[in-house]
Amino acid sequence: MTSIERVIDGRQIVICAGSGGVGKTTTSAAIALGMAARGLKVCVLTIDPAKRLADSLGLDELGNEATRVDPKLLARHGIDAAEGGELWAMMLDAKETFDALVARHAEDAAARDRVLGNRIYQQISGALAGSQEYMAMEKLFELHSEGRFDLLVLDTPPSRNALDFLDAPRRLIQFIEGRSLQIFLRPTGLAARVAGRGASVVLSVLKRIVGFDLLADLSEFFTAFSGMIDGFRDRAHRVNTLLADRRTCFVVVCGPQGQPIDEAVFFHSKLVENEMHFAGVVVNRVRYRLGTRAPRLRDLSTRIEAELGGGGGPLAEEAARNLIEYDVLAQRDARNVARLAKSLGDEHLIRVPYLDTDVHDLAGLAEINRYLFADEETRIGLATGDGG
Amino acid sequence: MPEFLDKRLLFVTGKGGVGKTTVAIALGIRAALEGKRTIVCEVSASENASRMFHQSEVGFREVELANDLWAISIDPEESMREYVLLQLKVKAMRDLLFRSKMFTYLAAATPGLNELVTIGKIWELAQLDRKVKHGRKYDLVIVDAPATGHGISFLETPRTFANIARVGPIHSQGLALEATITDHEHTGAVIVSLPEEMPVNETARLERELSGRIGMAIDRVVMNALYPDRFSPADLKRLDRLRGSGDDEVRAAGRAAASQARRVAAQREQFARLQEMVAAPISTLPFVFRPELDLKAARALAEEIA
Repeated sequence: MTSIERVIDGRQIVICAGSGGVGKTTTSAAIALGMAARGLKVCVLTIDPAKRLADSLGLDELGNEATRVDPKLLARHGIDAAEGGELWAMMLDAKETFDALVARHAEDAAARDRVLGNRIYQQISGALAGSQEYMAMEKLFELHSEGRFDLLVLDTPPSRNALDFLDAPRRLIQFIEGRSLQIFLRPTGLAARVAGRGASVVLSVLKRIVGFDLLADLSEFFTAFSGMIDGFRDRAHRVNTLLADRRTCFVVVCGPQGQPIDEAVFFHSKLVENEMHFAGVVVNRVRYRLGTRAPRLRDLSTRIEAELGGGGGPLAEEAARNLIEYDVLAQRDARNVARLAKSLGDEHLIRVPYLDTDVHDLAGLAEINRYLFADEETRIGLATGDGG
Repeated sequence: MPEFLDKRLLFVTGKGGVGKTTVAIALGIRAALEGKRTIVCEVSASENASRMFHQSEVGFREVELANDLWAISIDPEESMREYVLLQLKVKAMRDLLFRSKMFTYLAAATPGLNELVTIGKIWELAQLDRKVKHGRKYDLVIVDAPATGHGISFLETPRTFANIARVGPIHSQGLALEATITDHEHTGAVIVSLPEEMPVNETARLERELSGRIGMAIDRVVMNALYPDRFSPADLKRLDRLRGSGDDEVRAAGRAAASQARRVAAQREQFARLQEMVAAPISTLPFVFRPELDLKAARALAEEIA
């Protein structure tokens, strides 16, 4: 097993992917912090609407622009960035990014305003399923093109399915090239037909279900978009190319329970299938075994009681039960991690132990980094040593 | 029995990874034990519930898992086919529509449509007088809803469509769905949380949004996975001596006890924050010390829900 620094060595973009609740935001922020401390100019991007990263970095609010994390704040937590090291953070606003994209691709101001002013656009641009995923990559692409940072770390959206993220640009391209839009835009397309010419059976059935008004609004929306199709398609292709570029890598983040491990294995296979670069997997909150050999309650309890002395019976039993229950989970974690190592390769695996306190600030991120940036031997020592 | 199980429709939501599926199933088991005919709905393809019940596939059909307990995995495309058939009443006409390119493109291109038809299907399941063939009557429909961010936009979809359509069938159906979701007698929400900083923050935010912006009744916040409070400060002081033992396992027990006590203290702090930050009544569930959260675990939790 290895360190995070080794697995992402030489990359310019690190994408942290995984299902919800496995510690993606924390891991992304910790990687960014650690690399900044090692002298890189790093920006971490999150699109989590819950502003988790802002909380983690002690920033009141992250805007749609990169903001530098105060070096004094880092120093206060014992993090002294090496020469040139800077930590920046930004929280993506999907709607703002979408608006900016429309403005970029519109033929002229009138076309831009037609889309931005369209009621359907206004309702969906913030909430459109998949739009967050795509907009995250769009922003990543933009920042990467600007070349302001040595390293970009992306915390992917909290979708239930990590694959949604990989699929986003492809879906957009398919949507455009699959002529879902064109059907509305041809002279004989839906837009024209809704307007009155032609009255196929299908259309009349459709009107009955959807209502004429909504149908007309939809076609107006798609028509307003028509001038931007080429721009969008071109952009989506370039974003997709960047994802598969050698400078980009994926770090899969998961937890030690059966389901997250299964998902990590599956996600890894999809990365390989899509010819994207898998760097490593971080398993968070692993309960390391504390040198136990599946003790029995009665026996362990007796040994503890002998150490505690007179009248320590009930307490000894409670302490024994506590260790045994911990060990049940530690054994499960060991089995699951072994299974993961078998399918992904031991050299790509980083375990971060389940810490006694919960990680939600800079001090916590620095603590996580003691494990992320260490080799496995050091990690075991830290996680199971008597001093820890 | 918790009084909110008397409602007809319950959305179980929360941040990712807090145990929504487990709580949704535990609530379903509990309601079924109380004699309510209950169905648990999954709304995304992850099939958490079928995994737990070792059913190879729940799928888009109502499957009986136990006495009075049913499950369904709601597939948007199937929901749409069913909905269109109910509207048109003639299968041939529905099939004509689904075969037409125009319709498939429109369906694929219209954002939020999947969410809308999914909520429509949930609504349909909760009807006493069901129009679909072989539809059973349920006393309670429990939805394993999407996580925080997606959950809010998911529940907002009917209103969004009602606003977009202004008039016509989608407008009136959007309004009807919204009215159901915001009917406090009929529909409720359960937010699942964990005793950790970020989940507590998100629970408070979720309560604010669901109750304030969407107008739903928040019936319960479930604080999940609380550790047992095992050791008093005096106990810990006594156990400290284990760390000098020559026996590895005895030493490990001392270490594990100290860790456990620190986690309990951190959890207690977060629990206090939650109590301060949310308005809804809070129930607690214990941490389950089992390798996987299986049906047995869900059954045990079902008994604990108050």
